[in-house]
Amino acid sequence: MAETLIALDRISKHYVRGKEKIEVLHELSLNIEQGDFLALMGPSGSGKTTLLNLIGGLDQPSAGTITVSGQRIDTLSGGRLAQWRARNVGFVFQFYNLLPVLTAAQNVELPLLLTHLSKSERARRVQIALTVVGLEDRAKHKPSELSGGQAQRVAIARALVADPTLLVCDEPTGDLDRKTADEVLGLLQTLNREHGKTLIMVTHDPRAAEYAGHQLHMDKGRLIEAGAQA
Amino acid sequence: MKFFPLLWATLWRRKPRTIFTMLSIVVAFLLFGLLQAVNVAFNQGVEMSGADRLITHGKYSFTEILPYGHYQQIRSVPGVDKVSHATWFGGRYQSEANFFPIMPVDQETYYDVYPEFVVADDQVATFKRERTSCIVGRGLMEKFGWKIGDTIPIQATIWPKKGGSNAWEFQLVGVMDARDETMKGQEDFMVFRWDYFDEARAFGQGTVGWYNVKVANPAEAETVGRSIDKLFANSPKETLTETDKAFNAAFIKQFGDIQFLIASIIGASFFSLIIITGNTMMQSVRERVPELAVLKTIGFRDGGVLALVLAESALLCLIAAVIGVLLSTFASGFLKPFLPGLEVNLGVWTLALGAAIVLALVVGAIPSLRAMRLNIVNALSGH
Repeated sequence: MAETLIALDRISKHYVRGKEKIEVLHELSLNIEQGDFLALMGPSGSGKTTLLNLIGGLDQPSAGTITVSGQRIDTLSGGRLAQWRARNVGFVFQFYNLLPVLTAAQNVELPLLLTHLSKSERARRVQIALTVVGLEDRAKHKPSELSGGQAQRVAIARALVADPTLLVCDEPTGDLDRKTADEVLGLLQTLNREHGKTLIMVTHDPRAAEYAGHQLHMDKGRLIEAGAQA
Repeated sequence: MKFFPLLWATLWRRKPRTIFTMLSIVVAFLLFGLLQAVNVAFNQGVEMSGADRLITHGKYSFTEILPYGHYQQIRSVPGVDKVSHATWFGGRYQSEANFFPIMPVDQETYYDVYPEFVVADDQVATFKRERTSCIVGRGLMEKFGWKIGDTIPIQATIWPKKGGSNAWEFQLVGVMDARDETMKGQEDFMVFRWDYFDEARAFGQGTVGWYNVKVANPAEAETVGRSIDKLFANSPKETLTETDKAFNAAFIKQFGDIQFLIASIIGASFFSLIIITGNTMMQSVRERVPELAVLKTIGFRDGGVLALVLAESALLCLIAAVIGVLLSTFASGFLKPFLPGLEVNLGVWTLALGAAIVLALVVGAIPSLRAMRLNIVNALSGH
């Protein structure tokens, strides 16, 4: 049996808007194993992105505990949490979120700027990451010179370059056509199967979810069903 | 240095905006450099003032003339080494634009009291011998193309000659140089003989403008000054003796409070600059909120994002300030013939770079704090 990487215990999250308290997650508990590829599905407002943000250390729960690799992250301060994200998590967004003023290589290098690696070592790792996503020949291109699929692969390379344990992907194919989406999903599947990365992906798309090893469905801040695939 | 490509790329995100903002900073620092150079020029005389020299002038104003009779009395004061005197003549050469200081002086003692101005011995000897002779600074000589032996016509503005004419003529017999290279430009004035002036002028005979007193021991300058003033206390022509430095500073003040004027102009231009550059920085941060959120997402700490925005502000201000002060250095070179001593020196550079850093901190403070406080989840979701 695989080791548990992420353990969420009775997680709740609410926001206060004016006088109104909005409950987004209700005492949600979940274990995610090392090396899993999990698809989080559900309608808009079901709380899947909020859950992803909590797992990725972008937000803190209102109640409950989050443990990743045996470390409680719900109690970390802002600075410690930033450091934890830099070391342990890679992020992939729906709209790529690349810095338009930087080249593909410079975008990929960004997480490495927070390390003590030498310039040549950073360049070597950027080269490897771009090779993994098949874009080594686009290193000097700006995001505006790349197609949507290429831009998303650069974003994946950026997420990979610091060799994190966990990749969190928020609608990574939501802005791509079917063919390109399949290529990107195939790449994510390869990262999971061949490189052992644990992936958590939020998606609306059932076809995208089929690439994952497990699917979790959410509604109104609760997990409603789980499914496993081959 | 590893963050430099990120900073540089971000700085040029909107090229026209960055260029126009930089231009406004360049112009402000060009003005800053030139005005500070003017300040240097005006203060050079003050800085070069001799520690062993006193100026004795009228108690209530240095424009008040003093009796020549004070001369011997001042000489007799213990601690006084040498005494000379000078008078402000005013006057113009050929046109109003050609103004430079002109003073009738005591030809026997003037260069003993002012050893920082060097004149060849034979020329000083001629000056002491020829009643209508004059000596000018080398810069003036070169500017107007004069040579030794020329007759220089001067139009008086204060002192007419007997008979009412304002036309004075002097024979050029010598040229002054500054002993020290750093004083270059300070020698650009004209001296002529007081005895000829006193005899030829229409009024005011037997008076001088002020006395220049060289003391034997600079440490006793203050005591000697008090003794001189005590001599003339309760007389019709009371005196005030002060150090050369204090006198020069007061003399410069007659042109207006240069420091205040310069500070006012610089203050106004920097106020505009803060608004322009501050607005640019605010816009720059506002339009890349999602990008800053991405930096935070991948592990940049709040302090790191704050430092990035401040560094961007510093880069913008420092590059433009260096260009502006470089331009003012070149411009001061061209303007030096019109205002001797005009110089963008190391002090001006230091002041300008300090001002650029302060400017960067002021204009970068609010945008960088905003970037620092950015909530990742809200910023990524567009709220």
